[in-house]
Amino acid sequence: MKRVYVNEKWCLGCRLCEYNCAFANSGEKDMVKALKGKKIYPRIRVDEHDGITFAVSCRHCEDPICVKSCIAGALSKEGDGMVKLDRTKCVGCLTCVLVCPYGAVVQDERGAALKCELCLTNTAGYPACVKGCPNAAIVYEERD
Amino acid sequence: MPNYILPDFEVERRDDRCIRCRVCERQCANEVHSYDEENDVMLADELKCVGCHRCVALCPTRALKIVKYSGTFRENANWSNQSILEIYKQAESGGVLLSSMGTPNPYPVYFDKILINASQVTNPSIDPLREPMETRVFLGKRPQNIERDETGKLNNNLPPQLELSVPIMFSAMSYGSISYNAHESLARAATELGIYYNTGEGGLHEDFYKYGPNTIVQVASGRFGVHKGYLDVAAAIEIKMGQGAKPGIGGHLPGEKITEDVSRARMIPVGTDAISPAPHHDIYSIEDLRQLVYSLKEATEYKKPVIVKVAAVHNIAAIASGIARSGADIIAIDGFRGGTGAAPTRIRDNVGIPIELALASVDKRLRDEGIRGNVSLVVAGSIRNSADVVKAIALGADACYIGTAALIALGCHLCRTCHLGKCNWGIATQRPDLVKRLNPEIGYKRLVNLVTAWQHEIKELLGGMGINSIEALRGNRLMLRGVGLNEKELEILGIKHAGE
Repeated sequence: MKRVYVNEKWCLGCRLCEYNCAFANSGEKDMVKALKGKKIYPRIRVDEHDGITFAVSCRHCEDPICVKSCIAGALSKEGDGMVKLDRTKCVGCLTCVLVCPYGAVVQDERGAALKCELCLTNTAGYPACVKGCPNAAIVYEERD
Repeated sequence: MPNYILPDFEVERRDDRCIRCRVCERQCANEVHSYDEENDVMLADELKCVGCHRCVALCPTRALKIVKYSGTFRENANWSNQSILEIYKQAESGGVLLSSMGTPNPYPVYFDKILINASQVTNPSIDPLREPMETRVFLGKRPQNIERDETGKLNNNLPPQLELSVPIMFSAMSYGSISYNAHESLARAATELGIYYNTGEGGLHEDFYKYGPNTIVQVASGRFGVHKGYLDVAAAIEIKMGQGAKPGIGGHLPGEKITEDVSRARMIPVGTDAISPAPHHDIYSIEDLRQLVYSLKEATEYKKPVIVKVAAVHNIAAIASGIARSGADIIAIDGFRGGTGAAPTRIRDNVGIPIELALASVDKRLRDEGIRGNVSLVVAGSIRNSADVVKAIALGADACYIGTAALIALGCHLCRTCHLGKCNWGIATQRPDLVKRLNPEIGYKRLVNLVTAWQHEIKELLGGMGINSIEALRGNRLMLRGVGLNEKELEILGIKHAGE
């Protein structure tokens, strides 16, 4: 399946991906209206240490431990390989946040889980982090 | 020491749009922007802003605008703000003023006073989308006569040539003055386009030897990075006698830019200043130049053309005539509007002559002396678009070098502070966190796009004139007319006035 990959070599740590992600998932048409004066809950996050930066988002694992650990059955592995979160079922136990080896599942403002769904379930239609990355550090492609 | 300097720019931030993402703050190597958490406001230290527009380009909500500083001293047509500020700077530092890129001063741009012809009624124009159009050119010495062996077959007496798919090459810019990623972008683009890039006087990084067939290596007064392998790998060798932005002086790459990699490519210790002397200490005459030309030819078994690059100065026609007799295959002439990574401001803004006049007078002189075929002519020094290329070729050039235009394609915003080494676009810097901002995967494609676009435009212009090859345009000054030029200027350019 096509996944979002990050090349640390080209990641500038500008964090535009985080804002583009939050905007894409806001449902708003205007970024200012969507994000002005609000704390953002992006599904991709830039990790930064000692001059090294790279963005992390859901890897859509072959054998996702988050799906196994979900007590509410909110997480599922779709036929196309995407790990999907049904937020209407999420009870906010955050087990998935604890077990994810990449730290790719996060909490939203209500305390429920939040994760990257490749912008396939929102209005963007194509990963907004990839589209907005100024240095092509984030790519959306098929790899073996 | 008190500091009287005024800012060059003001940072205008539309607070109704700013979402406090702080991308501007993270991306500014000059540390203009900062965030005050307590009051939740973005702040700006305008004095540090160089106007590179990195923040403007990356601001996701277009909340930023960089505008000219509106403050002023008492208006004075003689003492401009610039003149006053330069004196403050020198009174403070006691040093030579440094500048980067080409002169911003309003000298005449002759290319903008020359118009191109087109066919109407009496001769047909050509549609380049339907008919073949040749933009390929060869650079090098032309054979003086046809030689045959005893059976009457032709002897191949063609001296080594450079083949260009389009009459454009990337100017000399050293690894050191520009970044690894900028060099990789240029090298890959040249390879894909079937043209050449030029190492400048910085040696050649080992990673780029694979682009050798599209590389021109430079031998300059500091001889940095010159060794047998360097000469052997290249397609051609350029002896740099001068540079348009700073004729008559050498170069100085500060020690901070001599990183581990740069030091290896230049063959000098890490952290030492790389100083190129003003003259070549072994060249005091055309005869001396001839010795270096032939030393380089000897070292490379006469397989590669040798280019001699000079700045356009007052006696350029006589100088070029000498070079054409020195054994050089190609003369590159760099006009005074040409760019640089750093030059003393007074030299950049006051020394040299415009490339259009230099080119026209050199081409005429070489023709008059019957030695035009000895050399190809490459011109540089602010070739801004495909029309400049076409005009240069009609004035007598074989090809053009583009430096500034190539850097702009890579993202350069002409802020002209290369000499500070903090290029926010990852071009004129060696700071690893800034160098990585230029992803060569993007960079080389932008360069390929630029030259491809110019090639299309050149074909359109040629077709309009009813010409189907660059060869038929070269030195074809009847295709040009001047507007608003005086008799002397028209005489030097060898063109008629519009309406004639």
